[in-house]
Amino acid sequence: MNSLLLGAGLAILVTMALAMIRGLKGPEIYDRVLAANVVGTKTVLLLAVVSLLYGRPDFLDLALAYALINFIGILAILQFVQNREARRQIERANQKGTR
Amino acid sequence: MSLLEWVAALFLVCGGFFVLVGGVGMLRMPDLYTRMHAASVTETMGTLLIMTGLILIAGWTLASVKLFAILLFLLFTGPVASYAVANTALIAGIKPQLAEDGPQIGGPEVPRP
Amino acid sequence: MITVLGLFTLTFLVIAALATVQSRNLFVASMWFCIFSLMMAANFLILDAADVALTEAAVGAGVSTVLFMGALSLTAEHEHVRERSGWLPALVLGLLFAVLFAASFEQPRLGDPLAPVHQHVAPFYLSETPRLIDIPNVVTAILASFRGYDTLGEVLVVFTAGIGVLSVLSFSPKKNQQLSGEGVAERVRGVQHHAILRVAGKLIIPLLMLFALVVQFHGEYSPGGGFSAGALFAAAVMLYGILEGADRSAKAMPQDWMLRLAALGAMLYIGVGIVCMMLGGNFLDYSVLSSKPVAGQQLGILLVEFGVGLTVSTVLIMIFNAIANRSTY
Repeated sequence: MNSLLLGAGLAILVTMALAMIRGLKGPEIYDRVLAANVVGTKTVLLLAVVSLLYGRPDFLDLALAYALINFIGILAILQFVQNREARRQIERANQKGTR
Repeated sequence: MSLLEWVAALFLVCGGFFVLVGGVGMLRMPDLYTRMHAASVTETMGTLLIMTGLILIAGWTLASVKLFAILLFLLFTGPVASYAVANTALIAGIKPQLAEDGPQIGGPEVPRP
Repeated sequence: MITVLGLFTLTFLVIAALATVQSRNLFVASMWFCIFSLMMAANFLILDAADVALTEAAVGAGVSTVLFMGALSLTAEHEHVRERSGWLPALVLGLLFAVLFAASFEQPRLGDPLAPVHQHVAPFYLSETPRLIDIPNVVTAILASFRGYDTLGEVLVVFTAGIGVLSVLSFSPKKNQQLSGEGVAERVRGVQHHAILRVAGKLIIPLLMLFALVVQFHGEYSPGGGFSAGALFAAAVMLYGILEGADRSAKAMPQDWMLRLAALGAMLYIGVGIVCMMLGGNFLDYSVLSSKPVAGQQLGILLVEFGVGLTVSTVLIMIFNAIANRSTY
């Protein structure tokens, strides 16, 4: 059973590596936001697997906390990107208006 | 191993498979929206199967209740976050790449019809 | 087991750190920093340090990311590239790295039972905690009781940081830097026009606050304590600010009340120490708080951790409101 949990943990770590490669490569900003989101949700799974692997059910509190915190981080990033886009659109509209 | 452990092993293996498939898909897909689709496979199927396997391993303890709560939160907030990213990208003007647009950026060449 | 998992997460840590340093776009750099904090939390968990992992996840990946994004919306997005050559800092760093690398060979191996820290200090704490304090979480016992004076210093540092941020951010921006035009306010007010996000997010806020209270008062029995609970509570208020607009979160948690509560948290900590002195013991010696010394220690830890949680949460909410309420641009 331990080796099975370890195998699941390794699969999750490999996926995190693939997501980080996408975060490094991604031409758009949204690719990187997507990579951060995937790394966050996979970390929650990894925390749950590691807590059962070590036989310490107390660690599940961390996974619970992190599942909630990840959402907040992604929303903050998206709010910033939205503000940036809105500001750029306003600047473009102002430039077109003055021309 | 007992039957319960076999079933839990099956769930864990399938969950690991789906997580890997989603990860590979994120790298190989040609467009932002198709990559989001691949990532959402890991968030729903991967999470569901792995968490169910962990709940079967944990048995009738408090840990199972906590795992179930984590599963509920992940299933609730994961798709909402993906929707938020896709909506922001669409409003910002990133258009999905269609097959008639020619060779895709960063993916394999498809033969044009 | 630890080797394989630790190898992966340490490699990711190095990759995330290098990606943070080399990206010229500050927004991308702060996102990589969020991933770095995540990997650090996973590392702490693999090394069996749960309290630190919880606090690192809550503060580094949650609160820090929100504050960075808020600060980035007030400044430029690309790093100002310097033209000087950096051979002197590179030389100093290279020497420092060589010294640290050579010194790391003298360190005892990870988990070596013959290391000095496992011979003198750790057995004392592990044997005295069930006898004197009788709570299962030894980390909280050390943090709040055995080394309570150091934790008092930490609380005062957090409070000072809050005051420092307020004094810097209270400069009002110049008039010509404010964007004019109708529709600006709605368009830059954040994620409000996403109805799905608002409904889903507002369901999570009370759960997060409840979880923060659980972590606060359960800190004696499971990983938790005042610092992580304060960060989680502040994260819940920040979620409200992101969803509904920072002006409404500033109205819900007014700045002057946050300042008073932050001071109250620090005063509660010091007050417990002074009450212990008035009852005949030393400063922060909780055994005199009750007729049974063990019960007195547990009561003291409860009050002190509540003071810590109060100060940390109110300072973080104060900083978020101060940053997010400055007019953009």
